[in-house]
Amino acid sequence: MRRAATFLLCLAALALVLYPIVWLVSASLTPVEDLVANLRSLFPGRVTTDGYAGALEGAGGESFWTFLGNSTIVASGAVVGNVVSCSLAAYAFARLRFRLSGPLFAFALVTIMLPAHVTLIPQYVVFQRLEMIDTFVPLILPKLLATDAFFVFLMVQFMRGIPRELDEAAKIDGCGPIRNYRYVVLPLSRPALVTTAIFTFIWTWNDFFSQLIYLSSTENYTIPMGLRLFIDQTSSSSYGPMFAMSVLSLVPIGLFFLAFQRFLVAGVATTGLKG
Amino acid sequence: MPYLFLAPWLLGAIGLTVAPMVVSLYLSFTDYDLFNEPRWVGLDNYAKLFGDDPRYLDSVGVTLTYVGWSVPAKLLLALSVALLLNSLRGKGQAFFRSAFYAPSLLGASVGLALAWRAIFDTWVDTPDTALVTIVLLSAWQFGAPMVIFLAGLQQIPRDLFDAAAVDGAGWWRKLASITLPMLSPVLFFNLVLETIHAFQAFTQAFVVSGGRGGPADSTLFYTLYLYERGFTEFRMGYASAMAWVLLVAIALITAVLFRTSRYWVFYGDER
Repeated sequence: MRRAATFLLCLAALALVLYPIVWLVSASLTPVEDLVANLRSLFPGRVTTDGYAGALEGAGGESFWTFLGNSTIVASGAVVGNVVSCSLAAYAFARLRFRLSGPLFAFALVTIMLPAHVTLIPQYVVFQRLEMIDTFVPLILPKLLATDAFFVFLMVQFMRGIPRELDEAAKIDGCGPIRNYRYVVLPLSRPALVTTAIFTFIWTWNDFFSQLIYLSSTENYTIPMGLRLFIDQTSSSSYGPMFAMSVLSLVPIGLFFLAFQRFLVAGVATTGLKG
Repeated sequence: MPYLFLAPWLLGAIGLTVAPMVVSLYLSFTDYDLFNEPRWVGLDNYAKLFGDDPRYLDSVGVTLTYVGWSVPAKLLLALSVALLLNSLRGKGQAFFRSAFYAPSLLGASVGLALAWRAIFDTWVDTPDTALVTIVLLSAWQFGAPMVIFLAGLQQIPRDLFDAAAVDGAGWWRKLASITLPMLSPVLFFNLVLETIHAFQAFTQAFVVSGGRGGPADSTLFYTLYLYERGFTEFRMGYASAMAWVLLVAIALITAVLFRTSRYWVFYGDER
C-alpha cells in the first residue's frame, strides 16, 4: 500500500517535471494561430509540420543544416580534444612519479572551481590579435589543452584504480610509458573516457556563452546561436520555427541520454558531475 | 618523461589560465577598449563599481537574490525526490532516477530556455516575477544533485535504522537523527558546487530576458552585466575588474561555507 502510494507520487512528480518538454514538442506541432489563441494548451486540435519546415530553412539567411554542421564540428573537436589531452595529463598524474606531481595536481583541482570570467578577457584579446575571432579555434583549442581540468580529475580517480602490477608486467615486456599508456592504461580506462566524451559532447552542444562571444557571422553560427536569432523577435509569427528548431536542438541530447543514461547517472553519482 | 604527457595540460594551465589571470588583474587597473593601448587608472574601475554604478549594484542584488533562492530550492527539491526514490527499489527506482535526471541535461540549453520564456510569458514581462521564472528554471534542474543525494542515501548502513526502529523512532526522528547527519557531507558538497555555479549563471538569464536583463534590469545577472560591459561596449578594463570581484566573492563565500561546515557536517568518527 505504501509502495503503491510512493509510486503514484513519483508518477505525479514526473508528469510535472516533464510538462515543459511535452509542452515544447506540442507547441512545435501547433499552428501559429492556435498558439497565439491559447499558448498553454497541451494538445493541439490541429497538427502542422509548418514549424519544422520553417526551422529547416533556418534563420538569418543560413539554413538549419549550416548550424547543425557547425555545432557538430565544435562538439566533435571538443570531445576529441578533451579525451586525448585529459587522458594524457591524467596518466602522468595517476601513474608516473615526478617531483612536482602533488603541487601541479592540486593546482589542477583549484582551476576546476575558477570562474571562467577571470581568464575570458585576456583570452579574447589574444585570439583577436591572432585573428581567430569568428573561427572555431577559440572553442576547440582550450579543449586540446585540457582546460576542463574536471575530466583530468575524473580520469585520475579511475586510473589510480588500475592495478600497478600491470605497469610492472608491461615494463618487463619492454613497454615504455608511451606504450604502457597506449596499450595498457587507455584500454582499461574506457568507462572514464566514455563518460568524458558524453559529458563533453552534451555540454559543448548546449554551450552558449563562449559561442556567443567568439562567433560573429551567421555562417559560423552553431545551433544555440541560430536559436538566439529568435530571441530578439517578439512577433509570434516566428513561434513555429522557433519551437521546432528548439526541439531539433534537443534531439541529439535526448538520443545521447537514452543511449547512455546508465553511464550518465553513474558518472554523476560517483564523481559529482554538475550535469 | 612525465612532462611529455603533461605538455598539453601545462601549456593550457600556463597559457590559458595563469597568464590570462595575471593579465586580467592588470587590465582591471586600466582603461582598455581592445583597440587602443591600456591606460593605467589605478583603482578607478573598482571605485566606480562600488561608488558610481547603480546598475552594477543592481546586478549584485539580482545575483545574490537568485543564488539565495535557487540553490536552497534546488537542493530541497533534490533531497525530497531522493528520499522519495530511496524508498523505491530495483527497476522503478532506476527508471525514475534517470527520468528526473533528464532536465539537468536539457535545462542548460537555449532551446529549453526559449520554451520556458513562452510558458511563463506573462511572468517574464513583469519586473516583479521575471527573476522567479529563472529561479524555477534552475530548480527544475534538480536531477544532478538528486542523483548524488540518492547515492549518499544508499551508503548509510541499514542497521542504524534498524537500531533506531527498535528504540521506537518514527520517520521524522530517523530523518533528523540519522539520515540528515549521515548525509551532511553530501549536502555540503552539493551546496558548495551549486552555489559556485549559481553565481556564474548566464544562458538562462540571457535567453529569458531577451539578452538585456530586463524588464527594468530585474534579471540583470552579474555575468550578463559583465558581458554587456566587456563585449558590447568593449570596456574590457571595467569588465576585468568585475571578473576579479566575482572571483574574490566566490572564494570568500566558499571559504565561509567551509568554515561553517565544521559545525554541521558530520564526517563519521574521524572528527
